[in-house]
Amino acid sequence: MNNLNNVWQSYRAIISFALMGLVLLFVGFNQSWALVIGIINMSLISAIMALGVNIQWGYAGLFNVGIMGFAALGGVSVVLISQQPVTEAIDAGGIKMLFALALGAATIAAGVLLNRRGVNKWLISLIVVIGYLFTRFYFSEASKLIEKVDPAITGYLGGFGLPIMLSWIVGGIAAAGAAWWIGKITLSLRSDYLAIATLGISEIIIYVIKNEDWFVRGLKNVYGLQRPVPYEVDMQKSEWLQNIVAWIHRSELQFLSQSEQIKILSDYVREASVVFIKLSYSGLFLVILVAFIVLSNLALNSPWGRKVRAIRDNEVAASAMGKNITRQHLQIFVIGSAIVGVAGALLVTYDGIFIPTAYQPLRFTFLIWVMVIVGGSGNNLGSVLGAFIMWFIWIQSGPIGLWVVEMLGNYVQEGNASLEFIEDRVHYLRLIFMGSIMLLIMRFSPGGILPEKNKEL
Amino acid sequence: MTSDSIDIINAFALLTNFVLLPALSYGSQLALGALAVTLVYSVLRFSNFAQGDSMAFGTMIVILLTGFMISRGWTISGIPTALLVIPIAIVFTAMYLLTMDRLIYRHYRKIKAKSITIVMSSIGVMFVTGGIVRFVLGATAQKFEDGERFIFSVREFKAYTGLEQGIAFKTSQFLTITIAFLLVAFVFYFLQKTKTGKAMRAYSDNKELALLSGIDPDKMVQITWLLVAALTTIAGALYGLDKGFAPQQYHLLLLPIFASVIVGGIGSPIGAIAGAFLVAFSEILLTYAYKKFLIYLLPLSMHPSSLVQLIGTEYKYAISFVILVIVLLIKPTGLFKGKVIVDE
Repeated sequence: MNNLNNVWQSYRAIISFALMGLVLLFVGFNQSWALVIGIINMSLISAIMALGVNIQWGYAGLFNVGIMGFAALGGVSVVLISQQPVTEAIDAGGIKMLFALALGAATIAAGVLLNRRGVNKWLISLIVVIGYLFTRFYFSEASKLIEKVDPAITGYLGGFGLPIMLSWIVGGIAAAGAAWWIGKITLSLRSDYLAIATLGISEIIIYVIKNEDWFVRGLKNVYGLQRPVPYEVDMQKSEWLQNIVAWIHRSELQFLSQSEQIKILSDYVREASVVFIKLSYSGLFLVILVAFIVLSNLALNSPWGRKVRAIRDNEVAASAMGKNITRQHLQIFVIGSAIVGVAGALLVTYDGIFIPTAYQPLRFTFLIWVMVIVGGSGNNLGSVLGAFIMWFIWIQSGPIGLWVVEMLGNYVQEGNASLEFIEDRVHYLRLIFMGSIMLLIMRFSPGGILPEKNKEL
Repeated sequence: MTSDSIDIINAFALLTNFVLLPALSYGSQLALGALAVTLVYSVLRFSNFAQGDSMAFGTMIVILLTGFMISRGWTISGIPTALLVIPIAIVFTAMYLLTMDRLIYRHYRKIKAKSITIVMSSIGVMFVTGGIVRFVLGATAQKFEDGERFIFSVREFKAYTGLEQGIAFKTSQFLTITIAFLLVAFVFYFLQKTKTGKAMRAYSDNKELALLSGIDPDKMVQITWLLVAALTTIAGALYGLDKGFAPQQYHLLLLPIFASVIVGGIGSPIGAIAGAFLVAFSEILLTYAYKKFLIYLLPLSMHPSSLVQLIGTEYKYAISFVILVIVLLIKPTGLFKGKVIVDE
């Protein structure tokens, strides 16, 4: 028993990942491989997101409650970079919108500059208010013009029509920009101001996305985004995939007649193309995740990382050594948020559709936090493991809930009021369930499954 | 409305009806919530992210009890039934909050966890509470107000004063303002004059010293949660009577409440109330469409054609956020100097 415990202690990570792999294999054999690879892909994206949060929380103790907002910024940049520009809309109101936005920016810049010069506060307020009124006037005119252009299909400016992979970088930059702004304001203050401010900014980002139709179509969603991988239909025509599938199933196929062979083969090829596309996504995401992990581990073992850990472990001592703590925290906050932004962009790319209403705090902020805590806060591999475990539970909790309701249905009569009541609301139990997991782990196993090893400085 | 003369009285009647009264009652509701956050902050030393959802929880109990009372016919005509059940609802909410404290927060107090860890656990509580409320009542909006809806209606006001522009004084507004005033007065009396209140302040100022002078920390914590339960339930019920109940809206109340607390100076009760009214008035003044108001005040030639609304209503939560940011930039300690909590 003691021996077993020792093995567990020294190979924790390997054993946990192996167990997770076995569970996924089990699902693959029993349900479908496309489903498993889908789960893996979402877990990989979540793992990248969790990694970003873990860098903020584990390296600097920064509590970001606005993960949803940073992820949404990533999603927006996918639309803005990869969609084709809508020329009619740009002709109709593009210049006016540009003018309005420039006016708004000029107003803010004027306010900030005049404030620095020490000009009378009332005068500055007056200038800002007048600037705002004009901005708002032109802005609403321009957005009306743009939204009028074929609202059922476009009704927005579109994007730049650039390759979608570029948007991943842009998504990171956008999230980093927002994080820099928030961090600049709150990081020198008390620790929970950051939490409150990130909560606020993320809600506002979502409100803007939902309400500004000219920007990314608001509640009308953006369909048919570009893909970084080929389409299934094209794949099915490619000869090499057909050959591979034929080779895999050769023993089954050799006894069949020619026409039956072709029929069965085309079924297999269709299935294989779906799996292949999902696998190529997995490859992409895996490369990005591994790159982030390697980079962050390298960084953590560099002089910069020693400084980070010194500040985390003893802020007072580090500041006495002349380290600028606020600047350090800002750096880490920006880096972490940028990673979350990249993950948000990857997610929208993978979905192929941008749906603003999908941004729910439970799914985006809270689930990611639970992943970080379950996996082991401060440990990058832990975040990855947490992402796999929690995404699996998250995706299976829907069917399990329905199954429970069905089981109840066997005992209760059809059309029973209380059964209908539960059927109607069973998905809200997710909130209670996830909250309880988080609270229990925090209470009884604060280190998570893979606790961070305390490295010597 | 076709009059081309300048009409100051009607213009101000309009503002009273659409800005002053709504802002006063919204401000009172926020003030109660902000006071609860401030109390938790000063005594238990963390920012309670579960406040909005706790208000939803209290309101849920009020709604359930109201439904029960109405189904039994136990109502008093003219008075909203919700008002009668608030005391019982407070007991239930207090039990819930105390259970949460016993199960979750007490552990972190004992191990002297960093305040950010407790904030994190309060987010866990926020989701659990929100889940319970949504599971029991569903996520759709509902109204539970009954009884007399107006102290005086627009028609009565017009008939009485002969003005073109009427003012309606809703019962819920009257109740909100009166009850909030009384409750705030009670809390201040309690904190300033009673022995327990003084002990609480001593405990919040200096924990160690308070312990040395024989103040029972568990009792302080319990009394705090009792006060918080009362404030939370009443704030939630009044907000619901005024605007209807919707879990998501209660959840988002967190933003204006935090903004109020920080504007006023976190940890300062008087600041929380001042902050609440500041936030409420800015929210309503900025999202109000001034078209009609200006039509009363300006000569015909200058009548505006657009709504003259400074910010769209959909962005009302952004206003709290902007106020928050401005305060943090200009005066991070808030209007009334609050306290800063240092991890032990």
